[in-house]
Amino acid sequence: MTNRILRITFLLTALALLIPATGSAGTPLPVIHEPEGEGVECVEDEDVMRRDHMNFILHQRDETMHRGIRTSKYSLAECIDCHVEPDENGNIASIETKEHFCNACHEYTGVTIDCFECHADRPQKFIQRPGKAASLQDEPHQALFATDLGGESK
Amino acid sequence: MSDSVNHSRRSFLEKSAAVGAITIAPGILLHQVATAKPDDQAVSDSVRWGMLINTNKCEQGCTDCIDACNNEHGLVGNDRPKTDTQYIRKVTLRDKLTGHELSLPLMCQHCETAPCVDVCPTGASFKRVDGIALVDKHICIGCRYCMMACPFKARSFVHENVTDQTLSAPRGKGTVESCTMCVHRVDKDQVPACVEACGKGKHDAMIFGDLNDPNSAISKELGKHGGKQLRADLQLNTGVRYQGL
Repeated sequence: MTNRILRITFLLTALALLIPATGSAGTPLPVIHEPEGEGVECVEDEDVMRRDHMNFILHQRDETMHRGIRTSKYSLAECIDCHVEPDENGNIASIETKEHFCNACHEYTGVTIDCFECHADRPQKFIQRPGKAASLQDEPHQALFATDLGGESK
Repeated sequence: MSDSVNHSRRSFLEKSAAVGAITIAPGILLHQVATAKPDDQAVSDSVRWGMLINTNKCEQGCTDCIDACNNEHGLVGNDRPKTDTQYIRKVTLRDKLTGHELSLPLMCQHCETAPCVDVCPTGASFKRVDGIALVDKHICIGCRYCMMACPFKARSFVHENVTDQTLSAPRGKGTVESCTMCVHRVDKDQVPACVEACGKGKHDAMIFGDLNDPNSAISKELGKHGGKQLRADLQLNTGVRYQGL
């Protein structure tokens, strides 16, 4: 009888120890920063983007590079503009860290990407460039062909 | 028999021309419609972009075009002139007999039969159908064959890590690059940054435009005063031409 009580107590203790171990932690998942704001939606559904974002970007890359097609829907710059934002301290996570939107999953899955060897890892508006000629950037570009349509462009 | 065939052909052509004239609104020429490209439309081989540089108007010591190019593409040097990237450089030519000196900007000449494209083992060095020579850095392996093949020493190799690139010039270590004729601006019907800066500086030494269009400013000027190719003996049919050499 004592033996049986001891066995039950042992089993209950073991169970009590096991439950928090399996219940609360679970499989660790990457922490992804989602863009904030009302009505902010990605160009495709989340599950489509998770599965196919690399194909969209790869296709767009060749279209832009070789054929001069410059639509923005699947442009890497647009991804970065939306998904990379400063944290509460105003710092922007570098692509080297897992706080960066792209690297959060890529580091988790052990995928090495080369995109940011050449492309900026943050939106242009957060990049400070010394010696930037403001006069050249701010004024509208000279039109290539002046079309005589009887009015001035504004 | 043959006469009747010709007549019908002629009348067909006349009708086609009439239809064409109706569909194009007054004030807009055919070539303008063709070049005002929407974002989702591919570039066309009906145009060939080119540049004409008047060396008589190019001031010695002026670096307006180079500065504008560096700003546009975010080219930042590392104080190593031998290896720092340059899309444009100023070259001074001196006539030994007369001592006369002239200065000219030298960049990728956007050759029709480009040696850089010939030698590239991966297809990274390529010509767009509108005549602009580019490097697809996605497939460039950094072998630098193109740099050796280029008779104008127009290309640079990126030796060091780059961050905070501009949208107009994604660039990174281990790839070759050169003047893109500001392809990102050309696709939006704007002129290259160097041409714009040269005009803003009141030098007006550079004209950009479509060599295939007889009504473009560049074609008219070439037709009137001519323009030389650098190393014309190589028969590369360069897209960049010079006056005053």
